[in-house]
Amino acid sequence: MPFHDPELHTRGESRYVDDLPQPEGMLHAAVFFSPVAHGRIRQLDVSAALEMEGVVAVLTAKDIPGENQIGPLIPDQELLASEEVFYIGQPVALVVATHAEQARKAARRISLQVDHLPVITDPREAYEKGEIIGTPRVFQLGDVEAAWEQCDLVLEGHCEIGGQEHVYLETQRARAVPAEGKAIRIYSSTQSPYAVQRHAARVLGYPNHLIEVDVLRLGGGFGGKEDQATAWACLVALATWHTGKPVELVLSREEDMIMTGKRHPYQSDFKIGVTRDGRILAFEVRHYQNAGAAADLSPAILERTLFHSTNSYFIPNVRLFAVSCRTHLPPFTAFRGFGGPQGMFVMESAIARVAEALNMPREEIQRKNLLKENDLFPYGQRATDCRARRTWDTAMEVYRFSEWKQRVEQFNQSHFHKKKGLAVMPICFGISFTATFLNQASALVHVYTDGSVSISTGGVEMGQGLRANIATIAARALGIRLERIKMESTNTTRIANMSPSAASATTVLNGNATLLAIQQILSRLKPLVARELNVPDPESITIQDEKIFYRGSETGWTWEKLVQTAYFKRVSLSAHGFFATPGIYFDKQKEKGRPFAYHVYGTAILEVTLDALRGTYTIDAVKIVHDLGRPLNRRVDLGQVEGGLAQGLGWMTVEELVFDENGRNLSGALATYKLPDVYFMPDDLEVTFLENADEPTGPFGNKAVGEPPFMYGIGVFFAIRQAMQAFRPREDYAFRAPLTPERVLMELHREEIARLRSRVLATSSAGK
Amino acid sequence: MSAQLHFWLNNEEIRCNEPPGLLVLDYLRKKQRLVGTKEGCKEGDCGACTVLVGELQGDDVVYRPVTSCLMPVGELHGKHLVTIEGLNLPYLNPVQKAIVEEGATQCGFCTPGIVVSLTGYLMQTDQPITADGVKRWLSGHLCRCTGYRSLKDAYLHLKKIVGEHTGVEELVKHGWLPAYFLEMPERLRRIPPPVSRDGRSEERLIIAGGTDIYVQRGEMLPEASVHILNRYPRMKGIRRAGRFLRIGALTTFEELGNHPEVQKLVPRIQEYMFLVASLQIRNRATIGGNIINASPIADGVILLLALDAEVVMQKGRQQRVIPLRKLYRGYKQLDKQPGEILTEVRLPLSVGKCQIHFEKVSKRRTLDIASVNSAIRLRCDAAGIIREAALAVGGVAPIPLYLEKTSRFLVGRPCTPETVEGAIEQAMEEISPISDIRGSADYKRLLTRQLIIAHFTELFPEKMQVRDYYAIP
Repeated sequence: MPFHDPELHTRGESRYVDDLPQPEGMLHAAVFFSPVAHGRIRQLDVSAALEMEGVVAVLTAKDIPGENQIGPLIPDQELLASEEVFYIGQPVALVVATHAEQARKAARRISLQVDHLPVITDPREAYEKGEIIGTPRVFQLGDVEAAWEQCDLVLEGHCEIGGQEHVYLETQRARAVPAEGKAIRIYSSTQSPYAVQRHAARVLGYPNHLIEVDVLRLGGGFGGKEDQATAWACLVALATWHTGKPVELVLSREEDMIMTGKRHPYQSDFKIGVTRDGRILAFEVRHYQNAGAAADLSPAILERTLFHSTNSYFIPNVRLFAVSCRTHLPPFTAFRGFGGPQGMFVMESAIARVAEALNMPREEIQRKNLLKENDLFPYGQRATDCRARRTWDTAMEVYRFSEWKQRVEQFNQSHFHKKKGLAVMPICFGISFTATFLNQASALVHVYTDGSVSISTGGVEMGQGLRANIATIAARALGIRLERIKMESTNTTRIANMSPSAASATTVLNGNATLLAIQQILSRLKPLVARELNVPDPESITIQDEKIFYRGSETGWTWEKLVQTAYFKRVSLSAHGFFATPGIYFDKQKEKGRPFAYHVYGTAILEVTLDALRGTYTIDAVKIVHDLGRPLNRRVDLGQVEGGLAQGLGWMTVEELVFDENGRNLSGALATYKLPDVYFMPDDLEVTFLENADEPTGPFGNKAVGEPPFMYGIGVFFAIRQAMQAFRPREDYAFRAPLTPERVLMELHREEIARLRSRVLATSSAGK
Repeated sequence: MSAQLHFWLNNEEIRCNEPPGLLVLDYLRKKQRLVGTKEGCKEGDCGACTVLVGELQGDDVVYRPVTSCLMPVGELHGKHLVTIEGLNLPYLNPVQKAIVEEGATQCGFCTPGIVVSLTGYLMQTDQPITADGVKRWLSGHLCRCTGYRSLKDAYLHLKKIVGEHTGVEELVKHGWLPAYFLEMPERLRRIPPPVSRDGRSEERLIIAGGTDIYVQRGEMLPEASVHILNRYPRMKGIRRAGRFLRIGALTTFEELGNHPEVQKLVPRIQEYMFLVASLQIRNRATIGGNIINASPIADGVILLLALDAEVVMQKGRQQRVIPLRKLYRGYKQLDKQPGEILTEVRLPLSVGKCQIHFEKVSKRRTLDIASVNSAIRLRCDAAGIIREAALAVGGVAPIPLYLEKTSRFLVGRPCTPETVEGAIEQAMEEISPISDIRGSADYKRLLTRQLIIAHFTELFPEKMQVRDYYAIP
């Protein structure tokens, strides 16, 4: 199967944008970006760059023939800064040269003079100064104010949640090639080919149809290329427009980390009220989202935070406030979970606070408050076919939680500075784009006369296994061998107006669209067979293993014969399928509706061992019960669960995004930003898929799987916290993520730090 | 001009005059358009650009994985450079098959590098396939998609398919490696040694393993005049001579950790090496480079400081020997004349009588730069009195710091928690940490305390335990 991704990957034969053969005369671009976080541009001098060897052009805002605007939701983001710069890393000029090295070298010769303006990096400060994007949102259920009175215990707390760098292994890149006339073809590493098409057209003042975008595959996206691949593609299109030559732009890792947005940092305050026995009666939260310098997708991400602020719990009285705050950092953007994880982290923190105050096991509070069938979410949707308790109970049983807990307690009794912590992490994640209109997809299916099949969809392959999934769905629906199916690149001339590959919904939407296209073809082929065989009931024709059956018995016809017959009988062997998720809506005025087709549930149990002397920890085990609907492609699904978990674990522990007060990213290289490696992940990792759990609206009963498992990772924070409590019980350990070894050690040894500090002061004053 | 460089790239003989400082990665992707090798970070952190470099050792060619983003082309002379393209067969090899069957590839960008590493693992002779071995050879690879479980489980397939049949010859025999590999020893033998260019080294940028200089100044090196020490690998190897273990400056970390004489002196050396970089980087990074690079946080230097190492500095025929702890004068400032080259490190064999320990804390346990690292060497007499002591701490001063006062304080005192508390107090006066991305000054101070406690509790568990330092019931 030479054309299937896994085989090609292992042979180094799968092609990414800059692996494709280089068209003759191709030029290379490099970006000059703002070195300051906020300032008014006084002078931009590119003359020195223009004089450099190999430089063909230096393009700035005034070279944009169309509109200098790429903001996806709100037009607040220029492609190249014209008058003011808003973050370090904001593109200001594009250098085009014969070699990439020359372009980079020339970019360093560009000088930008600015009048410095005040820099804000803190979302609360931005909020206080009125620097917000859109309007604050409030979701309400019941009556919080009245409920506090009924609570036995009301607690407040504060969470500080760090951002996260995507570290897709393939950095952002694009190549533009001039086509006939004024048209331009763009090869882009984007999750959103239509966004690239639309914005490139806007920037060049073109109608959309003059821009063709082709996406073969991505070397990882995770949300980081949903919207933020657009700028680079627009820049090469602009360069091609000016030079008439193919132009390629590949960001180095460092450029990518400095210039592109990441997962949003949040600061959140919570207030939670419970009964003596741990039932949550009321919950209030205020989320301050650090949106960075432009809206990007922040308002949509903020919305998903609200949708997931009570995780998989039912709380009768809720008030959720969230606001998107504009700061002078790179515009934060989509990342697996899309705001959901931040909402859930705060909920879980509040539960930890309650458990510690009531001196009850955290998991007891969690279990008591789990969603039940028909419970109401704060946004008005009911939990139907709710599997919160089912995954919880299955996890407890399959993984023998109570024995496990005993082992942990015994370990802690017999060790002094090594302590284990155990945490349970239930998840509940809504599936569908929360912007209802995005829940549409198309597929184009061609059957060739030799029986081979070509499929294009609006979905982008980025490692999530979309191609394997669609091919599996198609082969099953057609009743033919998988080898017959070829998945094509994602191309705007074959599929128009596609939604981004995001929201975990790519397989669901495009798989359903593929099924609809195949049904059209089958609905033409079946009557044909019936006619040819002279049998009355076309609906009783089936295809299995490439053989044609009538009412369950073989007809002697094969797939190939059928296809050839259809061709000669002039029956169309192509179809375009269109799918729109039914039954979803959301009313933003009332903040109520049914935004999700369904929810994905699951429960993870996580164990860590803390070395309280060194502040380091290892993750010993993670065991998961996950609600997948019916598995479509076990290897792919498992890969999504495990990979999502790894990113979640990293986000909570070692992945620390650091900006200084001048808006400079101090963690802008892989030497300073650490993600899980092979030794970080536990060897003891188990995933059980819930059985008999078909999702009626999913293709072949399958549920979306991309994002939800990320949030199992949140549990590791609370496992480490529990281990810290076992070493030194304290009520005021901070809810500050990531919980790096530094933070662990500093929290555990406050007394020792004070002593060491006083000693240093004593010696330095003695020396004076 | 005749070709300066002569080597084999996969199954092709190459004679070329590329600038010696050009990165192998850029050479492969830009000049050869062998695009199976991917660029993920260009700083040795992700492993996507991993290639194998084969070198003649006796009658065999020994293959090691290295990150091609940190290796200059100039060093390839006489070697066999193997990329994913050079491993491919008309069908999948066992590693490729294992990865496909386990679903251990998602976006695919890290995959070719991983296939190269794991195939390199199978190419080692006399190395049974183990789960730990597979992990070790995966250690320098970042995969953002899979979570590694499926990659680790490739072990099961390799064990089943390949079993005992590791090593180049066996792999070729079973059709798991292209047959041309059998011809490589003869092919490499036929390459004449490099023509020594008569340039004076002081004008040129000197490159040893290149694992730091290529991260710091990678973009300028292809055009710079460079002196690649590894082209003339005289300063390599470890041997006993007189009272010393003499370690050539070009000895890599991997060679150091695997050497039996070093293991005799520092019994837990392999455990410590596990905390230093990744396999690919340890295969490149040299002891000499680690010393001259003068990073205040250099793992190797911290260990060598505690081991009382001496360094041999040479210029032409002039040679001088100085204690390592006298080499550092300030941040990245050395007691080194222009044109002087560090040729050798000498470890006194007498340190074998001492107890030695190394500690390192970093954000991520493996393949990360330390927040603080520390090494200690102690000898106690029968009465439990400390007779010899040397303590070094990294990341707490502008230089890799030998704690002279603290070391002196320890000598003559009993090995007790009280002594350790006293030593900590001394240490606080000697260190001067600053806040940076590796941690706040407070954290580094605290870590210094913690690691001193860790040294003693690790070395003398019968005399003291961590709980002695905490008034927690």
